[in-house]
Amino acid sequence: MDTNATLARIVAAHLTSPGALLPILHDIQDALGYIPDKAVPLIAKELNLSRAEVHGVVTYYHHFRNAPPGRHVVRVCCAEACQSVGGEALAAHAQVRTHDSDLTVEPVYCLGLCAIGPAIQIDETTLHAGVTPEKFDALIDDLGDEP
Amino acid sequence: MTTTVFVPGDAAALALGADAVVAAIATEAARRGSEVRVVRNGSRGLLWLEPLVEVITPQGRVAYGPVAKTDVRKLFDAGFLTGGAHPLRLGDIEAHSYLARQQRVTMRRVGVVDPRSLADYLANGGGEGLARARGMAPADIVRRVTDSGLRGRGGAAFPTGIKWKTVLDTPADQKYIVCNADEGDSGTFSDRMLMEGDPFCLIESMAIAGLAVGANKGYIYVRSEYPHAIATLNAALEDSDDWLGDFRIEVRKAAGAYVCGEETAMLESIEGKRGIVRAKPPLPAISGLFGQPTVINNVMTFASVPDILARGADFYRDFGVGRSRGTLPFQLAGNIRYGGLVEVPFGLTLRELLYDFGGGSRSGRPLRAVQVGGPLGAYLPESQFDTVLDYEAFAAIGAVLGHGGIVAFDDTVDMAKQARYAMQFCAIESCGKCTPCRIGSTRGVEVIDRIRAGQDEQIELLRSLCDTMTCGSLCAMGGMTPYPVISALNHFPEDFR
Repeated sequence: MDTNATLARIVAAHLTSPGALLPILHDIQDALGYIPDKAVPLIAKELNLSRAEVHGVVTYYHHFRNAPPGRHVVRVCCAEACQSVGGEALAAHAQVRTHDSDLTVEPVYCLGLCAIGPAIQIDETTLHAGVTPEKFDALIDDLGDEP
Repeated sequence: MTTTVFVPGDAAALALGADAVVAAIATEAARRGSEVRVVRNGSRGLLWLEPLVEVITPQGRVAYGPVAKTDVRKLFDAGFLTGGAHPLRLGDIEAHSYLARQQRVTMRRVGVVDPRSLADYLANGGGEGLARARGMAPADIVRRVTDSGLRGRGGAAFPTGIKWKTVLDTPADQKYIVCNADEGDSGTFSDRMLMEGDPFCLIESMAIAGLAVGANKGYIYVRSEYPHAIATLNAALEDSDDWLGDFRIEVRKAAGAYVCGEETAMLESIEGKRGIVRAKPPLPAISGLFGQPTVINNVMTFASVPDILARGADFYRDFGVGRSRGTLPFQLAGNIRYGGLVEVPFGLTLRELLYDFGGGSRSGRPLRAVQVGGPLGAYLPESQFDTVLDYEAFAAIGAVLGHGGIVAFDDTVDMAKQARYAMQFCAIESCGKCTPCRIGSTRGVEVIDRIRAGQDEQIELLRSLCDTMTCGSLCAMGGMTPYPVISALNHFPEDFR
């Protein structure tokens, strides 16, 4: 299905739901990996909002991105509980290890794994606890070589 | 004969390899011709023992943990399906001192029942509160909640019954029940554990709230960082239609803005807008979601309600001390040896939690600072570890209990750095509506940087800035960021030199 058809289908599916903008944006990002710029005027027209309002929402929330992410998204917890067990060193290591790779590495502020940190999340649903720099390298190796 | 084996599907267990353990059990059972039914329960909350595998045997549930996938073959060799001896065997987990010393009320079904089974929930005492509420007048339901002394568990500790009464007494064609499951505080995970381990409890309590105030629509606003909780709730809701009658609940996935844990910012977000804090009044109880009267409570607050209806207000009120009634699920986190969920009545000391339950630091070094109540909570030094865990005792020392999250740090912590982080976090997460929070947090980072570079005279400026943020911010984001900053400065001045 081409991108325009995907966008139209997602927006149509939520039109009758009150406060539909966030569910629409989630579905678009789940389907395409990001919110393409051309989605903004389309959503605005269907929801009877201004483009500025839609743009404002897309850019307000950390979760939404307006460019395609890397092959995998690796999120490293940088909140206090993980800091107390070496989270900052892990985050610094992660930046160095994945520099110039096709992975997206970004901070996240708490995954709710606060007693077993440092924690990371790969592609939203895969979680790892007690991540040392060595374990991080092994997990990145498991994601395979760049295609 | 089919043996039932519990392997938690809780996010913490998953992060420690629970899915691989399930796969190994399936492979090994097939190889040996054993019939095994695996139930993905919630976590018991003894997180250093996860994945904690339990087997139903004629002698009761027998636990093994922490189980790695490489342990599974040897567990089968040892006859674990009938409770056989093995170095990882823990026996009856409820007799474990960590659990036996707790009073699990709100969290009592978490880790015990199958979170995907309404029948299992109803068979374990669930549903009685809703059944009772259906035979009561709305005002009687509200009165019972008021009489129980239940206070909001999200952090502000506002009396729940008073909030419900306001919504009940405000006439409107449409009212809403909203559950704030935007559990963004570092060091907290009890909401997540309940949603993943006992979702029907939350669903039941929202339906009770609907009966109490005359609302037929509920929203659960869950953070996007909790995909497993969202999946569990949606699965539970699919099975709940008949049970709930005409009450309907929708799960709304948040999008990574910490400030949306503030109730009015959350309402904006559910309405499809940027999560910007609203000025109060009007109170959400009078003009909330889509401008309608709205009950907003935290997951733990809601989860306390079914018992209050089923067992009576006295049952709940009889736990606790002073004006802090009931139990609070504390979460032991950070640099702690035995981290996990500890549900106890108010009244223990912080030291008892840290050492008797937590076993001290994970690193083996002395504990130096403990942050209680999330990123907006104060840092407590060792000299304050004997503070009693209740709302008033914490308020008296300039600290907060918040959502019950406790993050321990050992003596390698740099408290000036932690203070800087608190300001930086506020700068990242501020919604930007009010100036003290939006500008103050950025200036705060700069001032702390100058102090750390040796400009001692800037300390006075930092105190003045914190005073402005405390008194001038619209919500707790800017208003409470000074708690960690000032407590670090007061209790650990040597780190700022």
